[in-house]
Amino acid sequence: MEKEKEFYKRLEKKGVSRRDFMKYCTFLTATMGLSSSFVPKVAEVFAAQAQRPPVIWLHFAECTGCSEALLRSMYPWIDQLLLEVISVEYHETIMAAAGHQAEENLHNAVKKYNGKFICVVEGAVATKYNGGYGKIGGKTFLDIAKDVCSKAAAVICMGTCSAYGGVQAAKPNPGGYKGVGDALGIKTLNIPGCPPNPINFVGTVVNYLLLGKLPALDDLGRPLFAYGKSIHDQCPRRSHFENGEFVTEFGSEEASMGYCLYKVGCKGPETFNNCPIVKFNDGTSWPVEAGHPCIGCSEPDFWDKMSPFYEEM
Amino acid sequence: MRAVENAVGVTIPKNARIMRNLLHGAQFQHDHIVHFYHLHALDWVDIVSALSADPKKTATLSENVSNAPWGGSAYYKSVQQRLQTFVDSGQLGHLNNAYWGHPAYKLPPEANLMASAHYIEALRLQAKTVRMHAIFGAKNPHLQSLVVGGITSVKDLTPDRIAEFLYIWKETQEFVKNVYIPDLLAVASFYKEWGAIGGTSNFLAWGDLPLSSKEPESLFMPRGVIMKRDLAGVKMAEQEKVTEHVTRSWYEKGSPKHPYKGETKPLQENPKYSPGSGKYSWIKAPRYDGEPCEVGPLARVLVAYAKGHKDIKAVVDSTLKKLGIPVKALFSTLGRTAARGLETIAIGDAMEGWVMELVGNIKSGDTKTYQSWTMPDKAMGVGLNDVARGSLGHWIKIENKKIKNYQYVVPSTWNLGPRCEKGKLGPVEEALIGTPIADPKRPIEVLRTVHSFDPCIACGVHIIDPDSNQVYKIKVL
Repeated sequence: MEKEKEFYKRLEKKGVSRRDFMKYCTFLTATMGLSSSFVPKVAEVFAAQAQRPPVIWLHFAECTGCSEALLRSMYPWIDQLLLEVISVEYHETIMAAAGHQAEENLHNAVKKYNGKFICVVEGAVATKYNGGYGKIGGKTFLDIAKDVCSKAAAVICMGTCSAYGGVQAAKPNPGGYKGVGDALGIKTLNIPGCPPNPINFVGTVVNYLLLGKLPALDDLGRPLFAYGKSIHDQCPRRSHFENGEFVTEFGSEEASMGYCLYKVGCKGPETFNNCPIVKFNDGTSWPVEAGHPCIGCSEPDFWDKMSPFYEEM
Repeated sequence: MRAVENAVGVTIPKNARIMRNLLHGAQFQHDHIVHFYHLHALDWVDIVSALSADPKKTATLSENVSNAPWGGSAYYKSVQQRLQTFVDSGQLGHLNNAYWGHPAYKLPPEANLMASAHYIEALRLQAKTVRMHAIFGAKNPHLQSLVVGGITSVKDLTPDRIAEFLYIWKETQEFVKNVYIPDLLAVASFYKEWGAIGGTSNFLAWGDLPLSSKEPESLFMPRGVIMKRDLAGVKMAEQEKVTEHVTRSWYEKGSPKHPYKGETKPLQENPKYSPGSGKYSWIKAPRYDGEPCEVGPLARVLVAYAKGHKDIKAVVDSTLKKLGIPVKALFSTLGRTAARGLETIAIGDAMEGWVMELVGNIKSGDTKTYQSWTMPDKAMGVGLNDVARGSLGHWIKIENKKIKNYQYVVPSTWNLGPRCEKGKLGPVEEALIGTPIADPKRPIEVLRTVHSFDPCIACGVHIIDPDSNQVYKIKVL
């Protein structure tokens, strides 16, 4: 009891109220598919750390949308993630260092935490012309990935580009872009999406901190807690599908009735993700709720395989 | 989307126009706050110095300069303690190894602590701000409700959704006025010399936020071009005058082309960096009437100011007065960073009226958000807008109902493009000339100017010492 008091005192010192704290731990635990008995353990992960787990975040061919998605984290807030939960040793967008000092940070962190850091990759890797289509400071993405990923405790691919190649790998793919796993011939944990829901990233990291291992994955490297079921199977508009009630044109009476979007191209039946359950931006909405068909953005090669986006599968 | 709408000849319904404007306005609020606090502030604010601030004095300072909803010495003490705990952990994470303690940092410790606290507050606020996007656009980042012909989120046109939108808008705009702008002015007052550093010559704005179906006449942020800093000579910008050059870019040889005729033929090789007279960038070099142009908040604000835009003129004039600097100080790094904040006030304020217009429409029974259209066999179209980072143009050619050619010229292409066929410098290249560098090994001054453009790329700047000829390469992230 005394210990618990201490614990909340320490939290408050860090600017976190007990109520907020339990709220996000509960939300996370539920998203991870763990029973509510895990909530206190999840809470411990956030509070009792002597050393924050080091994270090295690499940017390759990408739009930084996945980093932006991470900034939207509300469970916990991004400032708590950065200052109290993990230690982001290298991240092009948010780190304060620049130039030589930035590269020094990467080099030093890889050396200091060899075999112990989590490597997060955002973006695809150019493989054609010796990786010539993608370089940072004269070094190719391919070389950087080979060097850093091989020394990580785990490689997490944040977003469809690092997981499976994404838009860069769509035809005609002039630079020979590939996902990290493909480019290096290694196994990666994939959190696909364009961009993914940050809760699925945080849930994965917490799972790792809590249980000392990565969560269970499907054969595409995706955590089952988030990607175990299809959009279609979890869709609140599913009954309309069963009843044959379809939207055939945007702006129609059927669209304003919230009918099934299958006939205007929804890829929900072939897409595995938890969007309908968790939703985005503090549970505000998700594409089907906004009347837009799912474009299958978390599936491999979705630009080629899921398009045309507005035509029935 | 606007290029295709232009090509197929569809006019979107009023509600769709307003909802798009609201999403766009929210984007300006969000982007500019994040840029100021998280992508640019640490060029001016020394977080390490905040550790030695007196929380009491910080509270007084904060009360004097801003109307922030948080404050008081207990608040600043807890923020300072939090930072101290972070530093004491020995893991400096994303704040490690920056240019802390550099002599070019001018703020007293108290101002640094105040700004550091707001850096953290802004991190939380921005996650809330983008919920406006989720309300009408499904999610952020990468909204999904925008389609050719309108917007799909017709079911979100409900009183509770709109009220929620308005509530978030209000919280955000209060932050802009009570925290962001006062911080901007407080920081700027210590760095007035940056009103004479980092300027460029030509400015282009396609303009955006149409208040009716008439474009460009009804654009809230107007369209125009200013050459050689001649504000009085502001002209209407014409998309026909745009060309892209590839002489110094890693593409196959070709003459400058208008985007309708544009080609994208990347070199099929491992590209070599050849700064002398060779190719050195993946970015093409866009030119307007043959000239490089800066795009972005400064260009938009200058065009609006030159055209006598009531709201923009009011915020610009009052800011110049408060800082005691002349109009020409706008042509600078400081001016660029200030313009970003000032247009956030004007655009953010206008949003409330748009929400009311939307409510009025719905009240009168108009809930239409989509206009159907058919794809022609052959067509051409252009879509011009102005997004947070600047002017954005898309050009499409359709043949056999399919895309024949598609080109876009985006803000960072304008600002960070390399030299052109005639050897003229790109805007960022021009802006960096004459930048004073106190310590070539820690060139924070370069970061200030490059970051002030809010570049959407990572780039390299190489500094050569004219005395020793030593080359320093720095990466701007």
